[in-house]
Amino acid sequence: MTTGMSDHSADIAPADHPSHPAELARTAPTGQLPARFENPGLPTHIPRMADLDEKAARRAEKQVAALFGLSILGTLGFIASYYLVTEHGSVFVPGIGLMRAENLALGLCLAVSLLGIGLGAVHWAKTLMPDTEVVELRHPLRSSDEDRQALVTTLREEGRKSQLGRRPLLKYSMLGAMTLFPATLTWQLVGGLGRLPHNDLSTTEWNGRYLGGGKWQFVPKRLMRDPENTPIKASDVVIGSVFHVQPEGVLDMTEGKLEAKGKAAVLLMRLNPSDIRSTKELDWSHDGIVAYSKICTHVGCPVGLYEHQTHHLLCPCHQSTFDVTNDCHVIFGPANRPLPQLKITVDSEGYLISAQPFEEAVGPSFWERGS
Amino acid sequence: MSTATTPAHQRPADALRDGDTAARPAPSTGARRLGGVAGWVDDRTGAAKGVTYLMKKVFPDHWSFMLGEVAMYSMIVCLLSGVFLTFWFVPSAGETIYHGSYAPLQGIQMSEAYRSTLDISFEVRGGLIIRQIHHWAALMFVVAVSAHMFRVFFTGAFRKPREINWVIGTILSLLAIVEGFAGYSLPDDLLSGTGLRAMEGFMQSTPVLGSYLAYMVFDGPFPGSAIIPRLYSVHVLLIPGILIALFTAHIVIVALQKHTQYPGPGKTEQNVVGFPVLPVYAAKAGGFFFIVFGIIALMSALVQINPIWGYGPYDPSPVTAGSQPDWYMGFADGALRITPGWLEFHPFGYTLSLNVALGALGLIPVMYTITGAYPFLERWVTGDTREHHLLDRPRNAPVRTGLGMAAMTAYGVFMFAAGNDIMAVLLHMSINDITHFFQVGLFVLPPLAFWVTKRICLSLQRRDRDMVLHARESGTIIRTAHGGYFERHDGIDEFERWPLVQHEAVAPLELPAGTDANGVASPTARSERLRARLSHFYFKDAVNPVTPAELAAAHPGPHEEEVPALEHDADHFVGIEQDHADGVGAPRH
Amino acid sequence: MNALAARRPRPATTVLLLILALVLGAAALVTFATRPASASSAASGDQIAQGKALFQASCASCHGINAQGTMTGSGTNVAGPALAGVGAAAVDFQVGTGRMPMAAPSIQAPRSKVQFSQEQIYAMAAYIASLAPGPAIPTAAQVDFAKGNAAVGGEIFRVNCAMCHNFAGSGGALTRGKYAPSLAGSTPTHIYEAMLTGPQSMPIFSDSDISVVGKRDVIAYLKAISKEPTQGGSRLGSLGPVSEGLFAWVFGLGLMVAAAVWLGKKAA
Repeated sequence: MTTGMSDHSADIAPADHPSHPAELARTAPTGQLPARFENPGLPTHIPRMADLDEKAARRAEKQVAALFGLSILGTLGFIASYYLVTEHGSVFVPGIGLMRAENLALGLCLAVSLLGIGLGAVHWAKTLMPDTEVVELRHPLRSSDEDRQALVTTLREEGRKSQLGRRPLLKYSMLGAMTLFPATLTWQLVGGLGRLPHNDLSTTEWNGRYLGGGKWQFVPKRLMRDPENTPIKASDVVIGSVFHVQPEGVLDMTEGKLEAKGKAAVLLMRLNPSDIRSTKELDWSHDGIVAYSKICTHVGCPVGLYEHQTHHLLCPCHQSTFDVTNDCHVIFGPANRPLPQLKITVDSEGYLISAQPFEEAVGPSFWERGS
Repeated sequence: MSTATTPAHQRPADALRDGDTAARPAPSTGARRLGGVAGWVDDRTGAAKGVTYLMKKVFPDHWSFMLGEVAMYSMIVCLLSGVFLTFWFVPSAGETIYHGSYAPLQGIQMSEAYRSTLDISFEVRGGLIIRQIHHWAALMFVVAVSAHMFRVFFTGAFRKPREINWVIGTILSLLAIVEGFAGYSLPDDLLSGTGLRAMEGFMQSTPVLGSYLAYMVFDGPFPGSAIIPRLYSVHVLLIPGILIALFTAHIVIVALQKHTQYPGPGKTEQNVVGFPVLPVYAAKAGGFFFIVFGIIALMSALVQINPIWGYGPYDPSPVTAGSQPDWYMGFADGALRITPGWLEFHPFGYTLSLNVALGALGLIPVMYTITGAYPFLERWVTGDTREHHLLDRPRNAPVRTGLGMAAMTAYGVFMFAAGNDIMAVLLHMSINDITHFFQVGLFVLPPLAFWVTKRICLSLQRRDRDMVLHARESGTIIRTAHGGYFERHDGIDEFERWPLVQHEAVAPLELPAGTDANGVASPTARSERLRARLSHFYFKDAVNPVTPAELAAAHPGPHEEEVPALEHDADHFVGIEQDHADGVGAPRH
Repeated sequence: MNALAARRPRPATTVLLLILALVLGAAALVTFATRPASASSAASGDQIAQGKALFQASCASCHGINAQGTMTGSGTNVAGPALAGVGAAAVDFQVGTGRMPMAAPSIQAPRSKVQFSQEQIYAMAAYIASLAPGPAIPTAAQVDFAKGNAAVGGEIFRVNCAMCHNFAGSGGALTRGKYAPSLAGSTPTHIYEAMLTGPQSMPIFSDSDISVVGKRDVIAYLKAISKEPTQGGSRLGSLGPVSEGLFAWVFGLGLMVAAAVWLGKKAA
């Protein structure tokens, strides 16, 4: 029963050596029996087949060598595939279907090359290297009391030589300098990283023409199909349809196009005017055609999912749902504010145009956007 | 070679006299060469002793100890494949027109970053396999980090002296997910751009400073052209630098403190039982690197990940259904999905967007702070200031295991909530119902998980006690000579018994006398009362291990005489005292 | 690098194009063979009569004997909407994809087994089209996606369709149990008709919204991505990062743990 233990007893410190007072108290013997069971020590080592039988050992050796050989084949296969597999050729793989041959061949060869080495090395370690467990003793991590005291003494004694404690002027001026100096680099970083928003977040291309200095002059703009970039006639918009819209000019921009699109994107829908429950919505519509910002008031994803039977708009990112019949108020999900409406009308040619800019900032909330 | 195989004392003239020391056999050529190189290095570093010590270091063997290695190796695979990708990737938002070989994107306007990622996938020979290896390795890195954390938590490996490493590990895990986010945002495809769009929205929700913060990070309005190059330097330089530094500290501390081990016969708080680095662990761990890399290569060969050509280039107007982040950011995304909208307030004409800020800005710091602080909290509650090198079996710490499961459940609710739309489609359910389920589940499921887990742990502990006291029921009914019947119980030997009885008996901390009689509630007294209450919470239901006395009581002497068939078992159980006499430890009586 | 790559011959592309051309040819043949000479404009009186008979036998219980629509027993909900003006395209789509007749009332008619022959569907389409003008079944030229530009179609698809149907057309969730179905296996004609008529929750993309050419481009894009071989292996349902994460946890970690268990186990 305890033979295994005797093999190793030299290596093993007494089990459960009661070094802590609390433990001593718990393990104090009560009556005749000890308070706790004793650690029986390591069980007997059971030799492996390869330890007893040279034939088994040789078999293991061959298996390891075969795995290493497989790895070599994988490497050669990788290099061969690199040249031989056609660049965009494809191959049928059961369970996957038609797939690009290059990725399959290179990937599989690489996997074989790596797994051959890995499985071989582990199999070698398991079957042929010694599997007798070795015991290493732990030593307490803490230094001796003298060493700890010596450290404290050194710090104090040697520190005193700096005279920091005796000269408060030195102490406080140094502290001040050290505290302030990071401001230099921080200043550079914060100042250099970006510009100030000013009223950027509250304006879009629908504001009209940019005059500079954060000022805009309102100019009505045609509503253009995205991505076709063609104007939309009121008669084009049938009930149940939805148009993805950008203001005229945005899709022709060479600079700042994505930034402009990200704020100005609008959805255009037509409802039966009798279905519209908000008078403001009806006022700002053209004959039941309503335009709403496509940018979610939650975190700014495009709210594109329009269910034409319920007139609900759903955001695919976090499922905020807006009711188009009721001025796009939130009826479900994490958004709080309705989508801003764009007031529209038609120009002399019958094309839909903006009648005024958005009255509030579009997109996600920010502190100073107003309530 | 010849000098080594021809012993000097074969010639009579050179025969040794008594008392002579034998000349050392000359080393082989190989050994001489190795000695030469090692000597050269040692002359300049003095590393021989330290290296020898390291080579002989012992590591215990258990599959769960390899989870950390999976994480480490996945990280190395990421570093390696990432270096490859930098040779082709162009971190620029500069506009370009695509003229590569992928037909469905011909002539489409896109950023340099997206075009170069397409080129890696279609034009660079073997580029796609490297990209897929990089991405799968990144997913596996965070998967393995999480699994490793679970192992460390549930076995109590974070206890003294390993609290520092737990904190480092917590930071590593946080860095890993930030690194992952920065990485998958780089290709500038529609999906990752949508992620960045949301990230900008998160920043804007910061009270007071939101818009300034967002404009600083993006250098102006979203998306701008700065974010891709900035994320690139964060992804390839800043975070990997910190990751590697902290990871090195993590490993050095493990080596310094020596690995923990599971309780078992012969394993004590004072030793490590396992295999030495040379040769066994070098071969096993080294081989395991190739296995991990090989499995990642296999996944990359057979399973497509992040098909950026399908998503199309980023544009703020379109979006795809099922816009999710990679799995490790899912919990934050899910938190946003289940936060109700009424948490946005409009005080004094300003907008306080807690419906975003709570999930997007608050959750990660809170979660990681709690995780990092847990060892210190538990230590304070249990008052256990000793070092622990033997791991707990999770069942022997029912409250900790329960708390861990509750935390994992809360995390799971957040994470699965991020897949509510995918579930709605696959399970034919209403997305609204699923969202409501998670909203309720966040408050109901974690306590439930705690309670169920704790009950399971306690019954497992009782079963362990039963096993020790009554062993296994054999199902064999035996008729005694006196005409009685009993069921024979197969005995367990002391090696089987030890894991079931090795853990310590625990009891709640007692309130220090006089504290509550004071009348005046001093802050110390209040904190002591809280501590006692928490300790009670931890330990009030403790099922303590069987003691030898209990075992002896369960198998009284007369039983043995009455039942001759039990003689063998009885020897075992009643003969404990004798075992002790020859036992390892000092005899105690 | 790119210049070199561009000059290199691409056998796979050629093969792909050939296959595409073959499939196209076959599809065109099938379409021409079964299409009535005048589905939209001047349907024969016989066809309309046949369609009316079929309608009254199979559809009238919900849509009314004259397709005027009916309410449910309590009169609060629409059992079947009025069909005057929905056009032949709506009939061909709804009946031709097996969505109609509906087996049981549900929140959304699922795609299922087609109950009628194409001849019968054309007859019913002709009958409904005779009630009031509406969108016609597209001509073969309108859905001839070989003439379409897949790249342009991709752009239109991402702006107008991907938010519901997902980037690869795998489908997605809508509110309260409704969903945008997967587009895999949909015929060009049905895709066109769906855009034109806006079945169920889907909005209508009239020719003035997405032009006739634009619709053909969208179909060309969908066919291009469904025909192309997968580049990097199994697509995991083209559901995005959710299925990738699940795969990493289940198979990735599973394999790693299996290897670790084998590694830690004592050899025989």
